[in-house]
Amino acid sequence: MEGIISYGAHIPIYRLSREILNQVWGGRGKGEKAIANVDEDSMTMGVEAARNCLKGIEKSSVDALYFASTTPPFKEKQSASIMAAALDLREDIIAVDLTDSLRSGTIALRMALDAVKAGSAKKVLVVASDCRIPPPNSALEPLFGDGAAAFLIGEGGIAVEIEGSYYLTSEFVDMWRMEYDKTTRSWEDRFIRDEGYIPHFQKAVSALLKAHNLSAKDFAKAAFYAPDARLHSDMAKRLGLDAKTQVQNPLFDQLGNTGTAFAPMILVGALEEAKPGDRILLANYGDGADAHVLRVTEGIEKIKDRRGIKKNLESKLMLDNYGKYIKFRSLMQFAETTDYRPRTSLPQLWRDRQWVFRFHGHKCKKCGKTQFPMQQFCMYCQAPEEFLEEIPLSDRKGTLFTFSMDERAPVVDPPNVLGVVNLEGGGRFFSQMTDRDVNNIKVGMPMEVTFRRIHDALGVHNYFWKCKPVRE
Amino acid sequence: MRESIKDKVAVVGAGCSKFGERWDTGIEGLIREATTEACADAGIEIKDIQAAWMGTFLGSQTVEGALPTGMLLSQSLQTQFIPVTRVENACGSGQEAVRGATYAIAAKAYDLVLAIGVEKLKDTGFGGLGAMFPGRWEPVYGAFSTGPGRYAMAATAYFAKYGFSPEDGKRMLAEIDVKSHYYGVRNPRAHLRREITVEDALKAPMIAWPLGLYDCCGVTDGAAAAILVPAEEAKRYRDDYVTIKGLGVGTSPGWFKEREDFDFTSWLATEAAAHQAYDEAGIKDPRKELDMVENHDCFSIAELIASESLFLCEHGKYKKEFTDKRAYYHDGEMPVNVSGGLKSFGHPIGASGTRETYEIYKQIQGKAEEPSRQIKNVRLGLSHNQGGHPGKFICGVVIYGAP
Repeated sequence: MEGIISYGAHIPIYRLSREILNQVWGGRGKGEKAIANVDEDSMTMGVEAARNCLKGIEKSSVDALYFASTTPPFKEKQSASIMAAALDLREDIIAVDLTDSLRSGTIALRMALDAVKAGSAKKVLVVASDCRIPPPNSALEPLFGDGAAAFLIGEGGIAVEIEGSYYLTSEFVDMWRMEYDKTTRSWEDRFIRDEGYIPHFQKAVSALLKAHNLSAKDFAKAAFYAPDARLHSDMAKRLGLDAKTQVQNPLFDQLGNTGTAFAPMILVGALEEAKPGDRILLANYGDGADAHVLRVTEGIEKIKDRRGIKKNLESKLMLDNYGKYIKFRSLMQFAETTDYRPRTSLPQLWRDRQWVFRFHGHKCKKCGKTQFPMQQFCMYCQAPEEFLEEIPLSDRKGTLFTFSMDERAPVVDPPNVLGVVNLEGGGRFFSQMTDRDVNNIKVGMPMEVTFRRIHDALGVHNYFWKCKPVRE
Repeated sequence: MRESIKDKVAVVGAGCSKFGERWDTGIEGLIREATTEACADAGIEIKDIQAAWMGTFLGSQTVEGALPTGMLLSQSLQTQFIPVTRVENACGSGQEAVRGATYAIAAKAYDLVLAIGVEKLKDTGFGGLGAMFPGRWEPVYGAFSTGPGRYAMAATAYFAKYGFSPEDGKRMLAEIDVKSHYYGVRNPRAHLRREITVEDALKAPMIAWPLGLYDCCGVTDGAAAAILVPAEEAKRYRDDYVTIKGLGVGTSPGWFKEREDFDFTSWLATEAAAHQAYDEAGIKDPRKELDMVENHDCFSIAELIASESLFLCEHGKYKKEFTDKRAYYHDGEMPVNVSGGLKSFGHPIGASGTRETYEIYKQIQGKAEEPSRQIKNVRLGLSHNQGGHPGKFICGVVIYGAP
């Protein structure tokens, strides 16, 4: 049987309180929303969600990667290919970016299922992630959040069966970005509500229920998209769902609307609380709508250790001012530095791809020492390259050996914390530290590694790994 | 070592530009200022120079990507078709010039050569050091790791290893800062000339935790030069010449801070260079035998760990052997950086190695500018100059002495 084998999610560590937006622009927004760190984008968030999803699963068993996002970091250049390398997937896979629609994630689910059913792939990794930038001082600003979800679709050993789906495609325009737009545009919210969201959504859900001879009361939970909290509860009523027991918390006050990742993330939230036998309604909206009947199997018990939504929500740092947010998303023109510009070298990154993207190190067959980055000679016993065995290190945790906090480094979010991490089982990583609370860094603390955007020198996103305190 | 360099080569002249933010002169002017003084000191003219070694990291950095050649020197001094070698070992470039010049004299290739170190940092339009940007060495590995950020990790590691709380550790470093500034005031050519207290240092803005403003050297323009001749001909120039007693350079394998057994508090390149130089000079107990040390104190923690790695005291015993005894003052048992050091005198990258030559040369002659910091009876002095950062050093040591 085909279906969802595993799930994962990523919520960036930073939250922006709507109180801060109220102070800057006025308004009465409550709660908070998740904000990608300065070194995160939809692709790196997707990597985190996917690593979470693939926990304990052989990476070489993945045959395809579908990356769904309206905000892939490059307009030309596939993000899924970089993601595949960071995830250390095989080379002979199909990778694709599915973009431009908030429904790309649920469309990718169907494509993955079709591929598995057709036998062209045994396992397909579907990652949905978005980091949409709302216009400052707009109704969208308090609303939008950042995050990612991932599902492994395959045959056999599944945790969730997808019993049926209904897809509806529409040319309706409500939100969009032009080629040159940094922030999302939208038409009047009443038009979106009356002619877009409500009719399309209801049509898709009704058609699905009819086709499967089901009604609202047949579902343990409904995980579904809505543009905002009010429309979400309105839709729950229209669908005849009991708000208290049947509606999966849409997290508007903790997470925000995460675009392409939104419905998938709410589904992850539902799955981490689900019991075998539960039937779940999943429904999504954008350029039409789609709806799905999911059935949870016994397999769900085996993947309860995923970070998912709950743990990710609990671990957070508050972004304490709007200026920092503006800098994070580069929404203002700042003084041009007279300093040297960062540089990059694509040939160098290409030659070093096994450690830059895949975080492979070397283990010396002569002296047994593990080392990072990969070397021409063992850095301990100087044995030549033929003694050095390439090994993956990105799953290793470690401890902080020493660190410093540089207030003057030309980074967007000083201090630039440098950390030296000794990895368990060997290897040392000299790195920048991210997702850190500068008041709470100590020699000896547990660390892990994460794939991030380092800089945009020469107009190209340059990615590499950083260390970060283990996120409990 | 095939044969020690001891007493084969002499310094008969030295010059040093005013260090500081030299808005009034370019790199050519700095070269001229230091060389003119050195020539006058040796009683020679520029045209008497037969060959020259110039140490500079990036020259004046005004043209991105354009590194200076030997022609920077010939153009500045209008030398006419003599050999000029430009050398670079990052912050250790100055001493590399001394080394090249010394071996040329020892090889009997020339009768009189110039060794000069120079750097012009303030023509670039920004406050810090410009060379630490991603892409200079690696596009993404170690990105944004500045000098302060990298040295500060050694301080964190030192505090952790020897059980100092951040407060106690910073206080120990602050004492070094106070000493640096004390001597900066007493040196007319120094860049930073203001005394500070321990409290000033502790309250100063953070640069790279745990290093504060006064734990770090400033950004300085300057040049320093020396005239070298065969020792047997030195008397033709002056009676109080100084000879080279030992030379050492330790080049780290580069990938070293990545080794799990490197703890950031024991600098192997420094130790290697010290061993080489002590062997040549025949020094067995450096703390007892050396009368002064100029070490590479770009940061307070650098002075501390370099002192230990030069074997001036045991590892981890700095506080007891230097701070508590005030041994590092000019009237102390082991004077260190009584010029003001890189910290207060200034650290124009390529110039620091030859600036240390200048200081030791003058101290041995009993001619320290501002007599209040003259060390009594200096016979043997050590100059330590290193490029890179903890775990990735090119370290040089030169020992100078009375003949």
